[in-house]
Amino acid sequence: MRTKGYDTMSAVLPNERARELTDARPTVVAAEGVTRRYGSGDTAVDALRGVSLDVATGELVAVMGPSGSGKSTLMHILAGLDRPSAGDVRIAGREITSMSDKELTKLRRTHIGFVFQFFNLLPMLTAEENVTLPLRIAGRKVEEQWLETVLDQVGLGERRSHRPSELSGGQQQRVAVARALLSRPTVLFADEPTGNLDSGTSAEILELLRRAVDDYDQTTIMVTHDQKAAQIADRVLHFADGRIVEEVTNR
Amino acid sequence: MSSVALKGLAARKLRAVLTALAIVLGVALVSGSFVLTDSIEKAFHSVFSSAYANTDAVVSGKKLVDYSNSGNATVPASLLAKVRSLPDVQQADGLLSDMSGGVLLAKLYDKHGKIINGNGNPTFGVGIDPQASRFNPMTLTAGRWAAAPGEVAIDNGVASKYGFHVGDRTRVAVDAGVVPVRIVGIAKYGGLDSLGGATFTIFDTRTAQRLFRLEGRYTTIAVAAKDGVSSERLVSELRTLVPADAQVRTGAAQAKKDEKDVAGFVKFIRYFLVGFGMVALFVGGFVIFNTLSITVAQRTRELATLRTLGASRAQVLRSVVLEAVVTGLAASAVGIAAGIGLAKGLSSLFSALGLSMPEAGLPVETRTIVLPLLAGTVLTVAAGLIPAVRATRVSPVSAVRDGAAAAQGRSGKTAPIVAAVLGSLAAALLGVGFFSHAIATGPRILMLVGGFLLLFVALAAIFSRLVRPIVAAIGVPFAKLGRSSGALATFNVRRNPGRTASTAAALMIGITLVSFISLFGRSLRNADEDAWKSQVTADYVVTSQNGWDAFSSVAADRAAGRPGVEFVSHVRGDRGRVGGSNAGINGIDPATIGRAVDVKVTGQQLSQLGAGEAVVKDRFAKANHIALGDTFTFRGPDGHPTQLVAKGIFEAPKLDSLLSAIVVTNRTFDRSLPRPRDSYAFVEVAGGVSDAATTALKAAYAGDQVVKVETRDGFAKSKAEWLSQVLSIIYVLLALSVIVSLFGIVNTLALAVFERTREIGMLRAVGMSRRQARRMIRHEAMMTSLLGAALGLPVGIGLAALATQGLSSYGLSLSVPVPTLATFVGLSLVVGVIAAVLPARRAGKLDVLSALSYE
Repeated sequence: MRTKGYDTMSAVLPNERARELTDARPTVVAAEGVTRRYGSGDTAVDALRGVSLDVATGELVAVMGPSGSGKSTLMHILAGLDRPSAGDVRIAGREITSMSDKELTKLRRTHIGFVFQFFNLLPMLTAEENVTLPLRIAGRKVEEQWLETVLDQVGLGERRSHRPSELSGGQQQRVAVARALLSRPTVLFADEPTGNLDSGTSAEILELLRRAVDDYDQTTIMVTHDQKAAQIADRVLHFADGRIVEEVTNR
Repeated sequence: MSSVALKGLAARKLRAVLTALAIVLGVALVSGSFVLTDSIEKAFHSVFSSAYANTDAVVSGKKLVDYSNSGNATVPASLLAKVRSLPDVQQADGLLSDMSGGVLLAKLYDKHGKIINGNGNPTFGVGIDPQASRFNPMTLTAGRWAAAPGEVAIDNGVASKYGFHVGDRTRVAVDAGVVPVRIVGIAKYGGLDSLGGATFTIFDTRTAQRLFRLEGRYTTIAVAAKDGVSSERLVSELRTLVPADAQVRTGAAQAKKDEKDVAGFVKFIRYFLVGFGMVALFVGGFVIFNTLSITVAQRTRELATLRTLGASRAQVLRSVVLEAVVTGLAASAVGIAAGIGLAKGLSSLFSALGLSMPEAGLPVETRTIVLPLLAGTVLTVAAGLIPAVRATRVSPVSAVRDGAAAAQGRSGKTAPIVAAVLGSLAAALLGVGFFSHAIATGPRILMLVGGFLLLFVALAAIFSRLVRPIVAAIGVPFAKLGRSSGALATFNVRRNPGRTASTAAALMIGITLVSFISLFGRSLRNADEDAWKSQVTADYVVTSQNGWDAFSSVAADRAAGRPGVEFVSHVRGDRGRVGGSNAGINGIDPATIGRAVDVKVTGQQLSQLGAGEAVVKDRFAKANHIALGDTFTFRGPDGHPTQLVAKGIFEAPKLDSLLSAIVVTNRTFDRSLPRPRDSYAFVEVAGGVSDAATTALKAAYAGDQVVKVETRDGFAKSKAEWLSQVLSIIYVLLALSVIVSLFGIVNTLALAVFERTREIGMLRAVGMSRRQARRMIRHEAMMTSLLGAALGLPVGIGLAALATQGLSSYGLSLSVPVPTLATFVGLSLVVGVIAAVLPARRAGKLDVLSALSYE
């Protein structure tokens, strides 16, 4: 998918491009020949038909494509929420597709952060409690200074003791971003992070995500429909019919 | 993570409360039963310990026979002089007192000439001398103690209730007949709030001996030791004096012994009530299981989010279990508090049925708190386990997927297997329990209870498969009546059969038990009534007001010699011993008995019975190896031996034989037993039963009111009446379980309305009126409760058929009263309508706009 006024480069094979980047910075997310087939027989649907990609530390990758193109499936598989029918996925050097539920839980605690389209905050917890929840689940200590930094960064200092129902959509998503950042995950997955926000608020959330990449080297993979969201990415992968059909490097 | 669970619970207060309500009632019934029975026990303790407060030693006749009408053995008055002559004895007095009820009966008449406690609470007669006041458990509040014939003191309870004052005159019915008395004193039983409706009439000893036909005898000699003499020493000195049929105990030991005699009865009531509490808890378990299952399903996204944030399965499991633990603890605590209030209600239930007992406040023992708390919490957690495991099966990917369905348990495949295994186990237990007569009652009841429980679980497991076909049938009238709302309701009930099934299962248990008890109780009552009817041929039967107390033969003779009365045939009754076991004995009048009863006798007929001869019951003869012509020794409750020759053997119905094990002539009876009294009297009138004869006889007995007269059929009916009373108690107790299942329907509907907010909003947007929305929900509730009845009734009928079949040799046969069953169906519909009130109102009030934008 190409857009006017967009600084695009000619399509290159994804793996070649990735290798170029990894020369400079280590790869933290690597997928190799990932396929995913739902159902069987006549009704089988191939959501992914052989996808390979590498994401380097500190990179912000946007995955775009129409509904049903397989972009969400890819994210689920990269994040260990779903298993591929074939292919490998490595996060921080570890193969995750054959991990047990226990190992996946551990992986999520240390390596993965999530930002969801519908925020997915727990309604009975305050903003701050929501932010620190993953660390408490993992039984890890909250670094107070880092917490302050993160809350400050997302601009929630004042509203830390509010409950989600007392916050606007944008504010809720800020809480969700802070929650994802607090454990310094190896990779942050953002699933349509602006899909449920108006354009002004969307821009703020995107800026937040970009800043996290710039300031803290937060590796981020974002699935989005939003053209503006794609603009902040270092690299944009365009999906269609379960394949990467185009890769665009922005910066 | 645990704080998430607790905060979640706090955030969903209404749901938590609805869940908790399901076990509050069961816990309340368990703890209330403890409180009530502890109170009764405490009151009895107080009665017995104050009875011997100033008594160092008690000499009393031994209890040779259980449940004798004439009481324990007595001691001769001559023994008192010997006791008094002992150097260590400070004071000794003989008295008449028996706290087991039914032995020393003294029934007062109120100011309008109506007998007090004619057929209900105990009426204790006591004989004690004014000089013996240190042994008197009562203290005077007005006047003085009775000192002469025609004088009585009464307890303050009856005095204030019936407006008696010192100086008032009334009458009292005793063994010797009805005598006029003057009230000379009013006394209070030490340390007791209430005698539970019992009355005390206190005579002086000599008068009491005459009135109770115990001339020259005492039930008890109370002894006080001189200073410095221990009770134990006194007891051992006294032991050398007393005859073989008497015993000596310290006052404290005697109190303990008396207490033990009633303890068994109180314990029975306790377990009976606690049993129904357990039923309510069991039903509550289904409700909790269902409510937690629904809430887990509704929290899929939240649980999945927790998983993506790094929560392990174990953490999810723990959080749901923790929620159950907290809910269980809180609900049980509320239940225990409610139970203390419920104890009062149970007490009124019993007194409404003429079984009022003394009570001493609302004692709360440690056990009253610990056991119900444990039972309620363990049950909640157990019911929460399957939902908790389901919660762990929620896939993290549900956090990002829209409309992700709840993780369904594997019950889809395993349910039929589980149901089959549990069902056959239940069938085996019930089969053995109902049909095998070789096992003892205890294990048998356990087997039946186990069978019932397993059966319910098995039925609940398979129930979801039956929902669609049953609703297809019962939905038709709803769709017709409710039109579109009814049709939508039918669809809603069927869309999640598992949920509907477990909601209805809770009610199914109640309906099964109610219909089983109703049908089984009915056939038992019919069989009992038939048994009585078949044994009596006389026109009329005279019994004491309550039907089982013995009564003075003077009372039955009031009709003798009246115009049209051909004869009054007395049947005496008491119990004694033959060999090592208790045996009932009746006295009959050979001249008239042949026209009064129908009993098949082998050997000498009842009408030919002579002195020292007996006709014995077939089962008794077999058990004691007595053949025709054998001589055996009968000992009365006072130990007095009589040689009897077995001249005939009669066939007794298995259920409620009119005649006891041994039948002798009244003359032999009166010679052999102390204090002979009647159990029945039969009246034959010229021309048979007629309204005029009935009126005349009733009038003849109306003066004393000690006895009542009934036609043969009426007698058989009242004899079986106690079963109806037991049934009504059971109905009330089972009603609590039905109420618990009502909460279950409320829960499911409330959660369904919440879940379908958007859908209901859409229906309203396309033109459904508030009224139609409410009707839809109401019809759902009614169909759910009908489902419960649709399964519960057949199961209840089936179980009753099994039970009556198992007891067919006792003359039981199943009758299925259609009106009664229709009542139960109506009852379940009412349950549905009530359950729907709040959820339907909520559905009707939904704001269309916000319902549609609800996320």
